[in-house]
Amino acid sequence: MGEISLKLNGKLETKDVADNTLLIDFIREHVGLTGTHVGCDTSQCGACVIHLDGVSVKACTMLAKQAEGSEIVTIEGLADGDELHPMQQAFHENHGLQCGFCTPGMVMSAVEMVTKNKNISEDEIRKGLEGNICRCTGYHNIVQSVKAGAAKMGG
Amino acid sequence: MNEVTKIDGIGSSVRRTEDKKFLTGKGRYTDDINRPGQVQAYFLRSDVAHAEIKSIDTKAAQSAPGVVGVFTGSDIAADKVGGPICGWVVPCRDGSSTKEPPHPLLAQGKVRFVGDAVAVVVAETMEQAKSAAELIDVDYNELTPVVDFVNADKGAQIHEEVPNNCYFDWELGDESATNKAIKSAAKVVKLSVRNNRLVPNAMEPRSALAEYDSLDESYTLHTTSQNPHLTRLVLAAFMFAIPESKLRVIAPDVGGGFGSKIYVYIEEAVCVWASKKIGRPVKWTADRTQAFLTDCHGRDHANDVQLALDDNNKIIGLRVDTVCNLGAYLSAFSVVVPTILHGTLLSGQYDIPAIYTNVKGMATNTVNVDAYRGAGRPEATYLLERTMETAAREVGMDPAEFRRINFIPKDAFPYQTQVALQYDIGDYEPHLDKAMEMIDYSNFEKRRAEAAKRGMYRGIGMSSYIEACGLAPSAVVGALGGRVGQWESASVRVNPTGTISVFTGSHSHGQGHATTFAQIVADKLGIPIENVEVIHGDTDKTPFGMGSYGSRSLASGGSAISKAVDKIINKSKKIAAHLLEASEDDIDFKDGKFVVGGTDKEKAFGEIALAAYVPHNYPLETLEPGLEENAFYDPTNFVFPSGTHIAEVEIDPATGVVEVVDWAACDDFGNLVNPMIVEGQVHGGIAQGIGQALLEDAHYDENGQLLTASYMDYCMPRADDLPSFKVGYTNTPCTHNDLGVKGCGEAGAIASPPALINAVIDALSPLGVTDMSMPATPQKVWKAIQESQSVAAE
Repeated sequence: MGEISLKLNGKLETKDVADNTLLIDFIREHVGLTGTHVGCDTSQCGACVIHLDGVSVKACTMLAKQAEGSEIVTIEGLADGDELHPMQQAFHENHGLQCGFCTPGMVMSAVEMVTKNKNISEDEIRKGLEGNICRCTGYHNIVQSVKAGAAKMGG
Repeated sequence: MNEVTKIDGIGSSVRRTEDKKFLTGKGRYTDDINRPGQVQAYFLRSDVAHAEIKSIDTKAAQSAPGVVGVFTGSDIAADKVGGPICGWVVPCRDGSSTKEPPHPLLAQGKVRFVGDAVAVVVAETMEQAKSAAELIDVDYNELTPVVDFVNADKGAQIHEEVPNNCYFDWELGDESATNKAIKSAAKVVKLSVRNNRLVPNAMEPRSALAEYDSLDESYTLHTTSQNPHLTRLVLAAFMFAIPESKLRVIAPDVGGGFGSKIYVYIEEAVCVWASKKIGRPVKWTADRTQAFLTDCHGRDHANDVQLALDDNNKIIGLRVDTVCNLGAYLSAFSVVVPTILHGTLLSGQYDIPAIYTNVKGMATNTVNVDAYRGAGRPEATYLLERTMETAAREVGMDPAEFRRINFIPKDAFPYQTQVALQYDIGDYEPHLDKAMEMIDYSNFEKRRAEAAKRGMYRGIGMSSYIEACGLAPSAVVGALGGRVGQWESASVRVNPTGTISVFTGSHSHGQGHATTFAQIVADKLGIPIENVEVIHGDTDKTPFGMGSYGSRSLASGGSAISKAVDKIINKSKKIAAHLLEASEDDIDFKDGKFVVGGTDKEKAFGEIALAAYVPHNYPLETLEPGLEENAFYDPTNFVFPSGTHIAEVEIDPATGVVEVVDWAACDDFGNLVNPMIVEGQVHGGIAQGIGQALLEDAHYDENGQLLTASYMDYCMPRADDLPSFKVGYTNTPCTHNDLGVKGCGEAGAIASPPALINAVIDALSPLGVTDMSMPATPQKVWKAIQESQSVAAE
């Protein structure tokens, strides 16, 4: 066991957890933020994507201990109060989600992708989402959403 | 397209009301829910495919840290808890019925697939439960596994109740007329196809959280279900022998289903049982490996097809002999999928005077096979549309023209097929024409030639499918072997301020019912959609309903809502007549207002609602107060969506990679309530179909080990595997429901695999390639190219 402190959506969280606690379990089980999901056990599906110091990472693939002292943003921390982040709004307007399970990871991946590349092309979006699996949408509307989100974010 | 009457009414692409919670991480899925004092369940599963259990020693596990209970099949048997049941059976050719072996919750004496649950460990944490499970010693006497389902009749017997490992041997149609047609035919086209085995892979793994309340001796189960009321019925009546009222089943937000969450699985039942045994809430959540091993798989057919043609290339007969794999136990709808939902679709969009089919359902040492998006209809469409294109090639006709001369003419509806179904309405040439136009079919050869200059093989392929969804009516379902009704329910509660609560027996796990159903109500009552809330998924709140599968929610559930709203309007007219001192016959209802015809006297809907709950001026002597109505709607027939999908591909001969370069889908779903949501359903279906045709394959080795049990090994379609899709519609409104709607959920998955494989074969046809099995992986395609070239060299 050991104490881990990190900033989660702007709030300092300090928890005493087992050394082998995964970051995703720290977020879901210990802090109780369940918006970030677990869809696989091989780091393939991307339902658990969060931002760690501004970089999108799969929270199932690192230990909480490795995130000590970092700043984490999860899907719960993306909107500005009641106002959705432009990417969230774009997913809503373009029907970029159905069951919603992959959506948090999809949106977090998309935000990072577009932050790095504001004039992102459809091809780059498709390649950039390679690490996020969606079973519902066939990706068509997700790609449209990311394009629209990029435009809203100043692309 | 139907006329859009209102900004958020029927026919309008209203943005989904359910989106915000999912986009902000506030969705509430089963695994997100925790109860005070809860413990975790972990299932020890068989790592061998077929074995007798000589002994199970759980002693060490019992005393491991954190463990609160370890249970095996004998504990379940001692409490006389039943196993999952089969919801539909069919008669066999020899007059016997489907063989239904028991499916124990935890193995009793034998294991029958890798993943079969042998014991459950319940502990304070999942880690403790997993660690303790490693201490359980199971001594197996291994038996020869049966994996090859086509030859399963020659393998070791898996169940003593199932001789030759054959659950059923079923037939449909006129065998002698069909054989006669084949004998007298000018040409018989023969094709053998395999429909590859798939894993549904809803992104949310299955999960269950059960809690027992000792005060009122009742259970609450949160679970990942497409039909919570059926889950409650099966658990209460068939497994635990308790009144339904003692079990509340809640399917909160559910992260996709695609058929795999229809059935009651053993884990849900064991959690319910253990919650009482232990006296604490018990939670179980599958990891993805368990999902691969234990979720019901889909498809897995082998079909031999004979299509008989006359001198004019008109179809005169069709015979299909099918063997299918149903796995280790009979799952709830595993029997109906390859029989009723498959055999009855064999006429497709074509006028075929004689059809016969025989289906053998085999037991193997693999996990159960049941419904997966389309369920039987993709298999029927695949074999038929592959055969149609093969036949066109063999007789030297354009595949579109060959289909056209064999279509059921539009003036032939209602059309009675030779395989039981009667299509109420359809018109097939318009969607064929439109899809061809959308993909610029007439200029395809130019594109093929241009691609050839780049050294690429370009191909085009189509599929004209029929779907039967919204199974009904209940009496027919019963006559065909179904053990459930197939109606749907709705309860529409008008609140005193005029807002509406709609309670539906359908369940949404991504389909957007909260929006679509609200649009129906808003449109009919002339009120803003914000005033309508849709409630589903909780047996304590919603009326008994059948849930969502088989693209039935709008046609059956939406129609029930429409009927309940009609009752609301009828009662409201009576109230309005009283308030306006007019005759009920003179009241017109339009745009949310009750108006006395020819006058300016009117009452808004909200005023009627208030009067119903504050009945100070109200015809109490003839009318009850309140404004709430139920409807139970049993459709008079299936609904029959149809359409044509055309795929265009390019193949790189150096790598064998098939790139889908264009896709045109033109579907007839009748009237559309929310075109945006419908389009999303089409996209998702096509993606799953492309997955089946190019990427996905659940593969067991000869020992019954699932080699594709992770996303590293099972190839899911990803964003860069797929193109954007062109989607269009034609419309022949359904004749037998008020909304004129059909179903749209499965069409994409039904239509797309044959279109894509036809395109791959077309691309390689200059090389003499005439067949390609699914999935058309780069290796397989590359090999076909190499072999054709070596044949050419000889």
